[in-house]
Amino acid sequence: MGGIPHDHYEPKSGGEKWLHRRLPILGLAYDTLMIPTPKNLNWMWIWGIVLTFTLVLQIVTGIVLVMHYTPHVDMAFNSVEHIMRNVNGGHMLRYIHANGASLFFIAVYLHIFRGLYYGSYKAPREVTWIIGMLIFVLMMATVFMGYVLPWGQMSFWGATVITGLFGAIPVIGEPLQTWLLGGPFVGNATLNRFFSLHYLLPFVILGLVIVHIWAFHTTGNNNPTGVEVRRTSKEDAAKDTLPFWPYFVIKDLFALALILVAFFAVVGFMPNYLGHPDNYIPANPLATPAHIVPEWYLLPFYAMLRAITFPIGIPFTDIIIIDAKFLGVLVMFGSLAVMAIAPWTDTSRVRSGRYRPMFKWWFIVLIIDFFVLMWAGAMPAEGLVPLISLIGTIYWFAYFLVILPVLGIIEKPLPQPATIEEAFDADHPIESKSAGTTAATPAE
Amino acid sequence: MTILKTLRTAVAALVLATGGAWAAGGAGYVEDYDFSFEGPFGSYDQLQLQRGLKVYHEICSACHGLEQVYFRNLTDPNGPGLPEDQVREFAKNYFVADDSFGAQPGDTREAGLPDQFPGSALENAPDLSLMAKARAGFSGPYGLGTNQLFKGMGGPEYIASLLTHYTGSEREEAGTILYGNETFSGGYIGMAPPLWGEDVVFDDGSPNDLESLSKDVAAFLMWSAEPKLNQRKHAGLVGVLILGLLTVLLYFTNKKLWYNVKHRKE
Repeated sequence: MGGIPHDHYEPKSGGEKWLHRRLPILGLAYDTLMIPTPKNLNWMWIWGIVLTFTLVLQIVTGIVLVMHYTPHVDMAFNSVEHIMRNVNGGHMLRYIHANGASLFFIAVYLHIFRGLYYGSYKAPREVTWIIGMLIFVLMMATVFMGYVLPWGQMSFWGATVITGLFGAIPVIGEPLQTWLLGGPFVGNATLNRFFSLHYLLPFVILGLVIVHIWAFHTTGNNNPTGVEVRRTSKEDAAKDTLPFWPYFVIKDLFALALILVAFFAVVGFMPNYLGHPDNYIPANPLATPAHIVPEWYLLPFYAMLRAITFPIGIPFTDIIIIDAKFLGVLVMFGSLAVMAIAPWTDTSRVRSGRYRPMFKWWFIVLIIDFFVLMWAGAMPAEGLVPLISLIGTIYWFAYFLVILPVLGIIEKPLPQPATIEEAFDADHPIESKSAGTTAATPAE
Repeated sequence: MTILKTLRTAVAALVLATGGAWAAGGAGYVEDYDFSFEGPFGSYDQLQLQRGLKVYHEICSACHGLEQVYFRNLTDPNGPGLPEDQVREFAKNYFVADDSFGAQPGDTREAGLPDQFPGSALENAPDLSLMAKARAGFSGPYGLGTNQLFKGMGGPEYIASLLTHYTGSEREEAGTILYGNETFSGGYIGMAPPLWGEDVVFDDGSPNDLESLSKDVAAFLMWSAEPKLNQRKHAGLVGVLILGLLTVLLYFTNKKLWYNVKHRKE
């Protein structure tokens, strides 16, 4: 692996040398674990480990759930209740899996916004960012199909609404929708293919996670200063970094344990808080729920989809080029695409938001915008909600397409530290031996 | 798209025609009753579940099914905890499809421990097994979700409120009589008031006024929707305590590990 200079694995015993010549797997493990990591990483750099753990948690609980689940429209709902009632520990498995999806998305949003604030997406980490975005999109697809499997009311109607979006695409829309559903409407064929894909996609995500880690192990981690680790020599690099093991492994495990305390409190004491009561009603194609809403983690993007209530046409004529529904679909997928191209629309050469006085404020507004959209997505589209959604959507696009490019030109960044070591030492001044207090001696 | 549109129009017409009797969520007034199973340490009150079972058996089961519950579940020590012999006798009150050798289609037999409660007797009476989780009494305010956070999802509160908040007014719509109800969304419900108070008499002389009966049956339906609630809370508590201990240990390990990095000496 290229990147930051550091000590590599040296096989010592005869057995290690024998294996190393044939398969350098111990070397790979050593280099991965001992990777030099900027020593100034803050608590926002823990989410990667949380996400990796959650992926494994979801795969393991999911595999066991599959052993008791039946993907058939007549049996799916009851098989889930069978898991809840008759399978040993089944209620915990299912609640962990269902709430695990929420943990996954809490962590991924914090991970993404961390990247957006500290400029982790900028050169040379664009590939890491793009792969991350692919993982995010696959996560959304996976979670959506997983939600269909219990075959409750919200499963069925959520699937009907979301697959209906594909029907909005001109010309190929309707055949595409039929092809996706395996028939003219959501039915047994749909349930079976969603089940199949819900099992497949997590392993695709796992593969992409490995590539994601490979990519940032090649470029090295970003860090809160956005200043690169010195690569001039092993000694210089060592001043800016610490090995991943044990320093960051222990730190991340501490954070993970703390998060899992909260997670188990939710699973144990309020497992249905983040769910929708309608999904405890068996799917009924003849009764539409009063209010169809996706789960909380899809709401911001759902709000952007619904925000578009007007078509694009030629002014002063009746000619419509893109109808409102298709435009909504384009906007929803576009909201993800503009995030993906952030490495190229952001013109600022300063990575970290710490040294960007104007950027900071626009970034805070983006966070608020995200929560406002999440709220708007959950509300019925009436009163002020459509207008608020529209304003939120415009800001989301403006942030990536206008604000980021313009800020890079007009903003005057604050001075950055020369090295990570300098920034770290400024936060941790040398302690005087005698006094035992901090602050390095003035007045002599 | 056309099929979907037709389907949706049909659905909308059907929903309107049935007076929204199927509609979920969007509850009206819900009283925040106290239940023994609330909070992280709450658990079911076994005697209340037994009383609720009696209310279900004598009143609700005339129309509503309880398909997800097996008679054997009634012996569950984390549920009603009734003796096996008693449940075996009790089950004989219900009839299930006879699938024994030589039986004709449509034959029925007395239910036993391994059988499920029968489904609903009436087309428009929903199964009650999961009703306490399929309805949310509390939501908002303004879509923020803090009400559920502090009061709970409010399923049993919704059921108890629905049973106690009939207004007494009636309305005829498309040949059906609808009954005024402050809790039911839309204000009118197809179900006639099922409980009036003193409908059921308990052997131990427990109060059987309308509110007590409603709370008892709501608690029973919560158990039927979430029979593993006691075990779940126990597992959650053990999880929180063990992981809490692990967190403390890792905190000090981390602190010690980083001490020399962060505390540089002269």
